[in-house]
Amino acid sequence: MARSFVIAAAIAAFGLAAVADTSLAQGTVKIGFIIPMTGPQQSTGKQEVAAVKLYMAQHGDTVAGKKIELIIKDDGAVPDKTKRIAQELIVNDKVTFLAGFGITPTALAVAPLATQAKVPEIVTAAGTSFITERSPYIVRTSFAVPQSCVPMADWAVKNGIKRVVTMISDYAPGIDAEKSFTAEFVKNGGKVVDAIRFPLANPDFAPFLQRAADRKPDAVFIFVPSGQGSIFVRQFVQKGLDKAGIKIIGPGDVVDDDLLNGMGDQVIGTVTAHFYSADHDSAVNKAFVAAFEKANHGMRPNFMAVGGYDGMHLMYAALKKTGGNTDGTALVNAMKGMSWESPRGPISIDPQTRDIIHNVYIRRVEKKNGQLYNVEFATFPAVKDPGKAAEKKK
Amino acid sequence: MTQLEEEVAGFFVRRGRWSPLEIAFWILALASIWLLPSEHLILTETAILALFALSLDLILGFAGIISLGHAAFFGFGAYFTGLVAKYGIVNEPVLALLLAGLAAAALGFATSFLVLRGSDLTRIMVTLGIALVLYELANRYDNITGGANGLQGVDIHPILGRFSFDLYGHTAYAYCLVVLFLLFLLARRIVRSPFGLSLVALKDNPLRAEAVGIPVNARMVAIYTIAAGYAGVAGALLTQTTAFCSLDVLSFERSADLLLVLIIGGTGYLYGGLIGAVIFKFMQDWLANLTPQYWQFWIGLVLVLIVLVGRERVTGWTRSLHHMIFPRLLAMPESRKKRREIAARRGIGRVGGAASDGH
Repeated sequence: MARSFVIAAAIAAFGLAAVADTSLAQGTVKIGFIIPMTGPQQSTGKQEVAAVKLYMAQHGDTVAGKKIELIIKDDGAVPDKTKRIAQELIVNDKVTFLAGFGITPTALAVAPLATQAKVPEIVTAAGTSFITERSPYIVRTSFAVPQSCVPMADWAVKNGIKRVVTMISDYAPGIDAEKSFTAEFVKNGGKVVDAIRFPLANPDFAPFLQRAADRKPDAVFIFVPSGQGSIFVRQFVQKGLDKAGIKIIGPGDVVDDDLLNGMGDQVIGTVTAHFYSADHDSAVNKAFVAAFEKANHGMRPNFMAVGGYDGMHLMYAALKKTGGNTDGTALVNAMKGMSWESPRGPISIDPQTRDIIHNVYIRRVEKKNGQLYNVEFATFPAVKDPGKAAEKKK
Repeated sequence: MTQLEEEVAGFFVRRGRWSPLEIAFWILALASIWLLPSEHLILTETAILALFALSLDLILGFAGIISLGHAAFFGFGAYFTGLVAKYGIVNEPVLALLLAGLAAAALGFATSFLVLRGSDLTRIMVTLGIALVLYELANRYDNITGGANGLQGVDIHPILGRFSFDLYGHTAYAYCLVVLFLLFLLARRIVRSPFGLSLVALKDNPLRAEAVGIPVNARMVAIYTIAAGYAGVAGALLTQTTAFCSLDVLSFERSADLLLVLIIGGTGYLYGGLIGAVIFKFMQDWLANLTPQYWQFWIGLVLVLIVLVGRERVTGWTRSLHHMIFPRLLAMPESRKKRREIAARRGIGRVGGAASDGH
């Protein structure tokens, strides 16, 4: 028995020594960045982390006399893990900001913590409309899905697309996309001839594409999460839907910049609505794309990267505005109504909803200098999240 | 009491005795409450995983039932707790925990009859199938479960009306550790009882067990039901400590990770799941902090190394731990000698006890 106690004491002492020194250096502001770097959503994490690091490389790590320390954590897009990591970042690392959140459930899991600990939660990726309503400390720099879907519906009706089959991944953002598109499309006189939902985790689209083809629509409206677009397009062509004269329309996730070049010439002509294209014609964007590609072995930034980049800008700017005050409430108040020029164009934070307001562009896939790009040709300026606007009216 | 009865009674007393290592283990676990306050959040997760692994050990390590869908019960308990708390039916954690355990056990009982059929491969498919069905049901009925968004608005009251869950995870860890310890005591009692011995017998050879009069099917149903209840409690703990519940409590990855935990820690001596959970969680956390993007590569490599290079050592040390904690099944020198004599008289070699010889 005595020996057991000695062993026990020794191990316990070792454990105590191993506990990290959590003394808080004065003048350090920590940003806890939680994003999926493994699992099916890892492309989001890869893009965002690259963008966040680029922002820090370009703008230095000192703001308003405070040193910025970035802590990157992988949650594999598993919400209970996200919540535990966020909690540890709050109580052990004493972070000033929580940022990232690759999918809607992870952003929602952290919402009560943000409220309880009064820590701003900057959502830089997840896109379901209602996320920002779940905590007064949530501010979003990515996008709300309906922002792209409603302009898409407007454009489609005006351009001779009358019969549409909607095809979406069966989860919150997909359902957001389906609802907002359908409402606007039907209101303007279009007809949705079939609404198909397929499981999120199982991207075999062939049987669903067959069903869509049988309805003989003018176009299919497609929403899949970032990363599944190339499989969809390949199967779309294999099934011969393109030859039957059926067009692909939808928010830009399906022709994600990150994967676009690998999709081949078959996607040329696809028209989508989205808030960011690597081809966006502005000096800010050209500089951003060039720096991003240089720092990441030629990887092209996509809309997730821009969400992360703007998230960093928002946190930097808020700290500057509060003069280095790290109080969560003061920071969120500083963020409200803030506006700046992002690589995606002019953007601002809606002071009422803390959600992003940005331009939505209608783009067509074209070949430029041997590479495929989403080339913007029409603009819907300063689009607020129509999902929340619609709820307010009710 | 006849001599044999005395011997048997003595055997069970010896089997039930606590070894110093066991006591040290639990003292350490208790000490971690005061010594590692900043690690309570990950320790809470570890304790829950340990309880979940203990549940799998009960069926895999003692009855030889392999399952790739144990998350079915974990997730069922998690959603059960989340729903009763959300709709204000039961908000008190301890009562909810009991109910979740019973509900999961009922599900375990209902599905155990499917598991009785067939061999290991069939069981893998059946258990996997049950978990997948539950996963899709939870996904489909999102008006009840919240679907892919997870269950929101879970309102957990203070434990016994006194201890509320705090942001630092102090209450949560103490609570999970107490539940783990109590259920561990129960499991220890179960596997060291004659019932537990009969499980080991049917694991080794079901046909032979049947032949000596052990009701194999009934025993399997019983242990499967108990294990399902344990998993349900673990799931309930997760919901209570996070005030949240999402689809991945039912995911295949959760079942697969669990098997890994048990492989790391070793099966069949109850502490395997506990030790495995500690190693797995902290290794994962450490590697993920070093390299958020490629930690899975390193954890994969470590697992391959454990199995390939350190195999003898790992099974070696788990076996010696096993024997230190859990006296050998036939550690009855007197009766063994007697049986040898009888056997020698009858002119046959050794009878039974082959497993214990050579140690």
